Amino acid sequence: MSQAKVPVWVNLALIPLLNISLAFLISGLVIYAIGQDPFEAAGYMLYGAFGYNEGIGYTLYYATNFIFTGLAVSVAFKAGLFNIGGEGQAYIGGLGVGLVCLALDHTMPFYVIAPLAIIGAAVFGAAWAYIPAYLQAKRGSHIVITTIMFNFIASSLMVYLMVNWLKSPDSLSLNSRTFEENAWMPYLHSLLMPLGIDIGDSPLNGAFIWALLCCVGVWLLIWHTRWGYQLRTLGTNPTAAKYAGIDTSKVTIWVMMISGALAGFVGLNEIMGVNHSLLLNFAAGYGFAGIAVALMGRNHPFGILLAAILFGALYQGGAEVAFDMPEITPDIVVVIQGLVILFSGALEHMFKDRIEGFFIRRATAAQGK
Amino acid sequence: MYDTLIQMLDATMRVSTPLILAALAGLYSERAGIVDISLEGKILGSAFAAAAASAVFGSAWVGLIFGIMASVMLALIHGFACITHRGDHIVSGVAINTIVAGMTVTLGLHWFNLGGQTPALTGNERFLDITLPFAHAMQNVPVIGQIYTHLLSGHNILVYLAFFMVPVTYWVIYKTRFGLRLRAVGENPQAVDTAGISVTWIRYRAVIVCGILCGVAGAYLSTAHNAGFLKDMSAGKGYMALAALIFGKWRPVPVMFACLLFGFLDAVAVRLQGFVIPGLGEVPVQAIESLPYVLTVLLLAGFIGKAIGPKAVGRPYVKERA
Repeated sequence: MSQAKVPVWVNLALIPLLNISLAFLISGLVIYAIGQDPFEAAGYMLYGAFGYNEGIGYTLYYATNFIFTGLAVSVAFKAGLFNIGGEGQAYIGGLGVGLVCLALDHTMPFYVIAPLAIIGAAVFGAAWAYIPAYLQAKRGSHIVITTIMFNFIASSLMVYLMVNWLKSPDSLSLNSRTFEENAWMPYLHSLLMPLGIDIGDSPLNGAFIWALLCCVGVWLLIWHTRWGYQLRTLGTNPTAAKYAGIDTSKVTIWVMMISGALAGFVGLNEIMGVNHSLLLNFAAGYGFAGIAVALMGRNHPFGILLAAILFGALYQGGAEVAFDMPEITPDIVVVIQGLVILFSGALEHMFKDRIEGFFIRRATAAQGK
Repeated sequence: MYDTLIQMLDATMRVSTPLILAALAGLYSERAGIVDISLEGKILGSAFAAAAASAVFGSAWVGLIFGIMASVMLALIHGFACITHRGDHIVSGVAINTIVAGMTVTLGLHWFNLGGQTPALTGNERFLDITLPFAHAMQNVPVIGQIYTHLLSGHNILVYLAFFMVPVTYWVIYKTRFGLRLRAVGENPQAVDTAGISVTWIRYRAVIVCGILCGVAGAYLSTAHNAGFLKDMSAGKGYMALAALIFGKWRPVPVMFACLLFGFLDAVAVRLQGFVIPGLGEVPVQAIESLPYVLTVLLLAGFIGKAIGPKAVGRPYVKERA
């Protein structure tokens, strides 16, 4: 009885599809329960997310954040670590981006600022993940608890920095000053306009391209490098990894730092791409959503890309539904997201074992003939 | 000065109450081996159910019952995922927190049309403060009079219940058969199974107790401490309770003191808002607010004492089959 007898498409397509359908079914029932027509809502959602150029732009803009946090969660997952601190790492990564932009926007051109902002996001995000990773690797504290605590510490730290140091005196709300335009991540619609391609006005910006590159980068790292091999070994069997001479605490630390850096890139999209200033709570919810994306995407960069687009569509479509059907708020999307985590994460064995068992029995029966 | 101190301790008691209830809830769950980061979601769900039921039926007690029911239902989902289907405890917790965050606002908007809030609760729809006997007469007695009248008296019944639950929990965990089995299930489920006791059933009972206590914590937030439900009103209290549970090393009395410490820090932070120390400048309130989390991290890392959790916590139990 080997795993190989289960056809590949069962694990990669059938089970995720089943899980997401269940999540949709239950959210449909919730919509029905509050006296609305779920099919009408689904129609608006689809139209809002994919029906016109601007909508697609928004969908991909949201997807950009989900790609970053989804990759962050999955890189750690692959090494058997649960990084629940994407929220805080994204927040601090954004701080890194903001500081680079605030420091250089008067003096430097875009092509100098952009790579430095990427480095800033990566370094700050990685640093925020380094401490929990170090404590897990060297002092044995549980990484889940530490990263949760670090989310709260990050949010206090940001409030402190914004109130005391970064708030612009001209602004009534807690914002830094707006960056000069040479520190803005260019919008894709303004990049494509000279080529005669019109994709409509949306906040979709260069960070999306960086997100795609990150997908490729993570894929190469995990499946085509020696480090990736160490990472997967640690995730599959820590004892074997140790016996094979892999320095597990070293791997733990750098995996978490990569994870933190990836989460930190959310700042590129939000701070440099859209808000053009530092502000509070710009990363709210994306870190946790990354868990849903990683689970949905089966921890594979391509799956994560698809799952991120799905969640991007839900966010954008959810806003559209709220506009046309005011009884339904975007909060229903949060419910869907939670249900996806429940079915494809916590209850993964509920269907998986039965379905796999079914295919294994069928395969053995076919062999027996 | 003394008055200020009494006022701050009074605030500490009010802020600590939901933390104590939730942390004790987590204690039952984690001592039985079920990691519970869905304390947060259960508090929020119960706060909503309690406020909604109280607004509809006009009684805080009915609200409390509905709050507990909502919370127990969420606890059973957590149990179903973690115990029956051997799912990851953390993932299940995150799922519950997320679902509740979205569901409360969606239902609230539909039922009350107030942008996701419930109507403001008045009179019997809330748990009102109780004046203990002789509180008035004791007022002028030096030192203890102040403590009795202003600190111990004048809280609502759920505050007293929370503190009463500390010795009760101690007794249940350390002095009863159920408590012994519960601790055994968290440390060594194989041994419990060998003794012919159902690991599953004990864990389910622990999770239900956890749900009941979180339910009380949520009802306290929306029908006693505040007058109605607000979006995301649990505001991280579940996570802070989790921190207190670790800080108190999974033991009832130290957990209560951890909650009081965190509550006191909160009261201090509120009071020091905008307070300037000569020569040092304004006190960074955020530093005090984040202190509970920083302390917990330091404790977990073994820099101040050592926190060792139940041995089998977070691990599903798979019964051996012949």
